[in-house]
Amino acid sequence: MVVLFYILATLAVVAALSVVAQRKPVYSALSLIVVLCSLAVVYLLLGAEFIAVIQVIVYAGAIMVLFVFVIMLLNAGQEVPSHRSRMAHWLGAPLVAAFLVEILLAVWQQFPAASTRPASSLDAGPAAIGHLLFRNYVLPFEVTSILILVAILGAAVLAKKEF
Amino acid sequence: MATFSNKGVVLLIILIKIAVVLVVLLATIAYLTWLERKVVAHIQARWGPYLVGPHGLLQPIADGAKAFLKEDIVPLEADKVIYWLAPFLGFTLALFSIAVIPFGEGFTIYGHTISFQITDLNVGLLFVFAVTSLGVYSIALAGWSSNSKYPLLGGLRSSAQMISYELSLGLAVVGVLMISGTLSLRGIVNSQAGFWHVGGVNTYLPHWNIFVQPVGFLVYFTAAIAETNRIPFDLPEGENELVGGFHTEYSSMKFAMFFMSEYANMITVSCLATLLFFGGWHGPVLGPYVFRVFLPVFWFCAKLFCFLFFYIWMRGTLPRFRYDQLMAFGWKFLLPVGVLNVLVTSFLVAWKSG
Repeated sequence: MVVLFYILATLAVVAALSVVAQRKPVYSALSLIVVLCSLAVVYLLLGAEFIAVIQVIVYAGAIMVLFVFVIMLLNAGQEVPSHRSRMAHWLGAPLVAAFLVEILLAVWQQFPAASTRPASSLDAGPAAIGHLLFRNYVLPFEVTSILILVAILGAAVLAKKEF
Repeated sequence: MATFSNKGVVLLIILIKIAVVLVVLLATIAYLTWLERKVVAHIQARWGPYLVGPHGLLQPIADGAKAFLKEDIVPLEADKVIYWLAPFLGFTLALFSIAVIPFGEGFTIYGHTISFQITDLNVGLLFVFAVTSLGVYSIALAGWSSNSKYPLLGGLRSSAQMISYELSLGLAVVGVLMISGTLSLRGIVNSQAGFWHVGGVNTYLPHWNIFVQPVGFLVYFTAAIAETNRIPFDLPEGENELVGGFHTEYSSMKFAMFFMSEYANMITVSCLATLLFFGGWHGPVLGPYVFRVFLPVFWFCAKLFCFLFFYIWMRGTLPRFRYDQLMAFGWKFLLPVGVLNVLVTSFLVAWKSG
């Protein structure tokens, strides 16, 4: 299991770097799909089957399909590198390093290696998640859905104006 | 005695199961092409394949050999990596979902319980949906990477179509899920055992979901046909508009892989229709132990065959939709009907459980 985790983690990180490094948009999108799928398998290793499958259905299967669809529709070819700004050139690397250190510190404080426990010790099945979502967190859930509905309506209105 | 030998036996059983299921699936795909050509031929008052073997029974093998021996042409301007990746991705994903399909109850031998299923996930149904939703990439990427206008249009059409109909597909099964209360395919089939009792009287009607979810079934099957890009929803490969659609630029074995994944997907959605609405392997079972073990598998295959035959029958009968009709049908008819079905079912389930 641990070996599998390291393989998947490496894959996820390499693919994530490739999202940024690739010049062609389609390759970036495909790399992102690899990241999402390897994360899904990590969830599976933790015993959270429902989350793993939902991750694939929602992110890899629905959202990324739209990304790829748009890239195809625009028939976007190779990305043309712009003249990099001087500020990004000097500040980019140190800022990324600082951000990384900050995240590592936060994770280190949150989860000391000894007290992590697999999700299989919790009930991560669809029934348990459903109970939580529709009993304890029903108000945030409904508010979120209204928010998304407003966003959809807004997008539709904006798109209609173009015609 | 959970020692190495025991673990080894379990592993061996799983490997044998995978091998058997894979071989049977591939053989079914091969002979489904034969069946399709034969049935469509007879619908059109022709003979169909007749020369290779008795009644053309060796035709699939000849076709396979031909596909292997043909020249593999790659367009000069194609995006090579993705062009290669697309057919393999499609075929692998198409074979993936069979892993969670249960074919029968199973049996016990030397203390090992062997179920007729590679693995029973507690979210089996969602797993199938996840794998199917990834299948879009194969078609979309094939169309894009060919770098040619007809495949690109075919790929765009098919991704739009599959995204649209996936919604109805998902909504159609919600009713079944609410009735059976589980996402495990084995659990859903088990909830359909026995007969319907109306007011304490045995109706001798099998306890299948089709009798309480007829609307759900119709929505599911219509969406499933669109999802597998079959006639009357095969716009992505409409010959008279798009030459061959997304696989126009593909030749040889890579073309055959698209072909095979289409048939594998047909088998998967037919399996799901059987499991969700027609009681899976449940049917009259009698006789000695061997019969009790294998009759359910026979019932499952018989039901599956009916669906596959229906697919082919429809291909021989119906004309193709127009693209705007297809989209309007999916969004303005199928989706609302699916939502209505969910609403009515949830109301009834809530009412019944008090």
